[in-house]
Amino acid sequence: MNWKIGGAQGSGVDSSARIFSRAVALAGLWVFGTREYYSNIKGLHSYFEVRVDSNPIQCKVDRTSLLASFDAETLIRHATTVEDGGGIVYNKGVTETSIEKVDTINKEVRQEIQQRLTDKGLKADISGILEESRRRGIHLYPIPYDDLVAQTGKRIGEQQLSKLTRIINVLAVSVSSALLGIDKRYIDDSIRNVFSGKQRIIDMNITGAQVAYEFVSENYHEQFPYKITPIQSKDRLFISGNEAVALGKLVGGCRMQTYYPITPASDESEFLEAHENFDVVDGKNSILVVQTEDEIAAITMAIGAALTGTRASASTSGPGFSLMVEGMGWSGINEVPVVITLYSRGGPSTGMPTRTEQGDLKFVLNASHGEFPRIVLCSGDIEECFYDTIRAFNYAEKYQLPVIHLVDKAMANTNVTVNPFDTKYISIERGKLVQEHKDQDELYRRFKITDDGISPRAFLGMSGFRFWNTGDEHDELGHINEEPENRVNMMNKRMRKLETADTDIPDREKVNFFPASKTADITIVSWGSSKGAILEAMKLLKNDSIEAEFLQVRIASPFPTELVKRQLSKAKLTVAVEQNYSGQMASLIAEKTGIIIDNKIVKYNGRPISLNELYAALKNTFEKPEENRRVVLTSGA
Amino acid sequence: MALKLSDVRTDLFNDWCPGCGDFGIEASLQMALTELGIDINRVVLFSGIGCHGKIVHWTNTFGIHTLHGRTLAFAQGAKLANPELEVVALGGDGDGYGIGAGHFVHAGRRNIDMTYIVHNNGVYGLTKGQASPTQRLGEQTKSLPQPNINNGINPIILALSAGYTFIARSYAFNTRHLKETIKKAIAHKGLALVDVLQPCPTYNDIETKAWYDGEDRRDASGRAVPRVYDVNMKGHDPLVSKEMDEDQVDKKIQHVFRLSKEWGDQIPIGIFYQEIGTPTFEDRISARIPSYLQNPPAKQIPPGTTKSTVELEKLSSELTVQANNV
Ligand SMILES: Cc1ncc(C[n+]2csc(CCOP(=O)(O)OP(=O)(O)O)c2C)c(N)n1
Ligand code: SF4
Ligand SMILES: [Mg+2]
Repeated sequence: MNWKIGGAQGSGVDSSARIFSRAVALAGLWVFGTREYYSNIKGLHSYFEVRVDSNPIQCKVDRTSLLASFDAETLIRHATTVEDGGGIVYNKGVTETSIEKVDTINKEVRQEIQQRLTDKGLKADISGILEESRRRGIHLYPIPYDDLVAQTGKRIGEQQLSKLTRIINVLAVSVSSALLGIDKRYIDDSIRNVFSGKQRIIDMNITGAQVAYEFVSENYHEQFPYKITPIQSKDRLFISGNEAVALGKLVGGCRMQTYYPITPASDESEFLEAHENFDVVDGKNSILVVQTEDEIAAITMAIGAALTGTRASASTSGPGFSLMVEGMGWSGINEVPVVITLYSRGGPSTGMPTRTEQGDLKFVLNASHGEFPRIVLCSGDIEECFYDTIRAFNYAEKYQLPVIHLVDKAMANTNVTVNPFDTKYISIERGKLVQEHKDQDELYRRFKITDDGISPRAFLGMSGFRFWNTGDEHDELGHINEEPENRVNMMNKRMRKLETADTDIPDREKVNFFPASKTADITIVSWGSSKGAILEAMKLLKNDSIEAEFLQVRIASPFPTELVKRQLSKAKLTVAVEQNYSGQMASLIAEKTGIIIDNKIVKYNGRPISLNELYAALKNTFEKPEENRRVVLTSGA
Repeated sequence: MALKLSDVRTDLFNDWCPGCGDFGIEASLQMALTELGIDINRVVLFSGIGCHGKIVHWTNTFGIHTLHGRTLAFAQGAKLANPELEVVALGGDGDGYGIGAGHFVHAGRRNIDMTYIVHNNGVYGLTKGQASPTQRLGEQTKSLPQPNINNGINPIILALSAGYTFIARSYAFNTRHLKETIKKAIAHKGLALVDVLQPCPTYNDIETKAWYDGEDRRDASGRAVPRVYDVNMKGHDPLVSKEMDEDQVDKKIQHVFRLSKEWGDQIPIGIFYQEIGTPTFEDRISARIPSYLQNPPAKQIPPGTTKSTVELEKLSSELTVQANNV
């Protein structure tokens, strides 16, 4: 079942999707909800797709089972995505609205739609769109929203109906859930959670939901083909990538976060600030979140904090990371552990600020002048976002270097149900530190040359461990030193840490390998948020007797060269799946292993990969590899 | 045990040009540190990039030589993470008022309890003498191919409008005045700016030591008449307190404004402005995070390998969807 709701940005589509998703999750089902919106605050179209299943799900699909709407634009944009036999909930009041008048849709697109309707002998307005849908066997559910709002107003004693307009989208949710047979108490529970603390709004919406449920039971006796049947479930989290990273930071010991507002990263910092005081077993801890004047201040403040022994991080996306580059280089040469969470989005420049892309892999690997070791982690789903965040801090401190945790908009803004995070096996590892209070006869050498490249670290303010840092090349004490021999020793020492990390880090943290049950016909290589669609597509391929295996690269630096070589060298047909233009991971693999990936499936329209399109592309690739060396995916609105 | 000057100096070779005003700043700062009687292990100096930046290497405290223009941002990060540190940031005029101007302004808005000393020499020393943001319109220091085409900024007023609660100017070769000013700046609770007029004998041939000292102006007895004078000695009271009414504050600010524009024959140094009782950023954080000062970010996570003590279930309760037991 795939439910979709659309509406103007700022009209509450966001909270209505949360209400619906949580209600379904309360019914015991698994949820995968994606959010698409423009870089706009009010008025432009946004929509949510919520996929529901009795089994865990990992990606979006292209078809919609039930479309919930209250404006004309949602119908114009999304009616065609509703599958034959599905349903559309719409506002009775918009039937006459002409396509021409919906000027938030691009003019050329409107003209195309008008043409399409006219060609079919239909009116170029909403009634035409609805008739077009009806002909495909779609169930239509006209809703007199104004009447329902008025009824709600009457019941709660609110004369001013304008105060109630925001409940319209909860009405759309409630009509949908009534049609799907979802028990109303789940909706009520969900309303309480989403509007927690705002009693008046809760009452208003619960009453509205009641009115909507009654309306459906009085008017639509005919059964909607999809039903949501509650099933048994355990406690789960309903969580977004932003929230998973934030929780990972708190659990992982991050105690200072800096940021300059940017989509899709700032929600994480705002979550942290909202939870700045939190409980630990023996009392309270806190995180200090600082909104800085720019990203240069964000990274350099975080580094300043890290010098005091604080686990510190900065969160941003591409444009902000561009500004952080010089600071990151400074942390590289001064061996300061700092974590940068980078939510990649459509680039370059402002690009597509609210859309997803995996276009920053090569940038983060190479950003900065000069050479220094860095670790780059790439999470593939929301659970990995949580666990990788904690690893990022451990790696940063163990190897004393900057760690870039690469995630993307698709994960940041996707809300999914997951099993509660298991912290049993998680440790906070602070790496080599000096022994505080030990007698300090000897001069402390912050950058002492060691076999593994790692020198015991002291924090600012530790008695007896005075040290210097400089962005210039330096000696073991941290004083400027440009002697050629010292330079070579220091470069070697720093770069050696990457070898140490490569030796230390267990294979399972470097790659995930999902084998085929028999010899694989096709070997998929990918990274990041493409993971979910690949795993699901593999199952569909198996039904077609196509055996696929999947190598997910989780660490891009140090690159797991041997592991990747091992998996790919015996592959029959290799395919890289990536959400960028050029296949950046494929080219990284070529650079590191000499292996040229045979085929690529890429996507760069800013929308996450859907199961349908990936399955089709993989199948075509398998069947006709020569004709499909580079397949470009295009689904999404 | 009282510190000696030799305790706070390193024995590295100092490569500033002979006669550079930075020597005066270094000596004054180091003397201030020894005289203040603070635990030298808590002192952290930050500097930017420029000739001035090397000062941290000549000084035997924690010394962080950062990036061009970013000294304040690094320093604020450290101070916020560990408020027990005594943080002194040092910058150049190009560094702090040019490339780092954004940080300069926003640091004022926060009013973190730390000190910022600017080596104001009118030029970009380390890049060979280009005009800095404080060089005046039409001036042409030695290495400029054309006279300076930009207006010079007024750091005193910029700091005032940004919210600095202690604003002073001193002169690099009046080490007694500079040392005392630095001590007061460090003692001040809140963000303190000390803008230091710093002769650069190599590139600034206009605002030279001889010029500041008035070697070109002699009194009847043939003694030089210095251009630099101490405003506080001349009766300027910099204090602004919460008890003062708006008119009194306005008057004071007008006076500070006028003083800040004096230049040429009379150049005021001293404390121009000091606000008492304005909450620091640390105060404002403490109002929200009660445990902040006792248990700041730097003190929360123990060394070694430990288990996270965070109560994740509580923390994620709002995200939890209860089990369904149909
Ligand atoms: C991002 C960046 N741009 C340019 C430079 C080159 N640079 C080094 S020092 C300097 C100017 C220093 O002038 P100032 O801050 O006044 O310090 P001074 O040398 O006068 O003490 C510049 C522009 C740099 N280091 N970094
Ligand atoms: S160039 Fe000027 S500021 Fe730099 S060391 Fe020489 S005299 Fe001092
Ligand atoms: Mg200068």
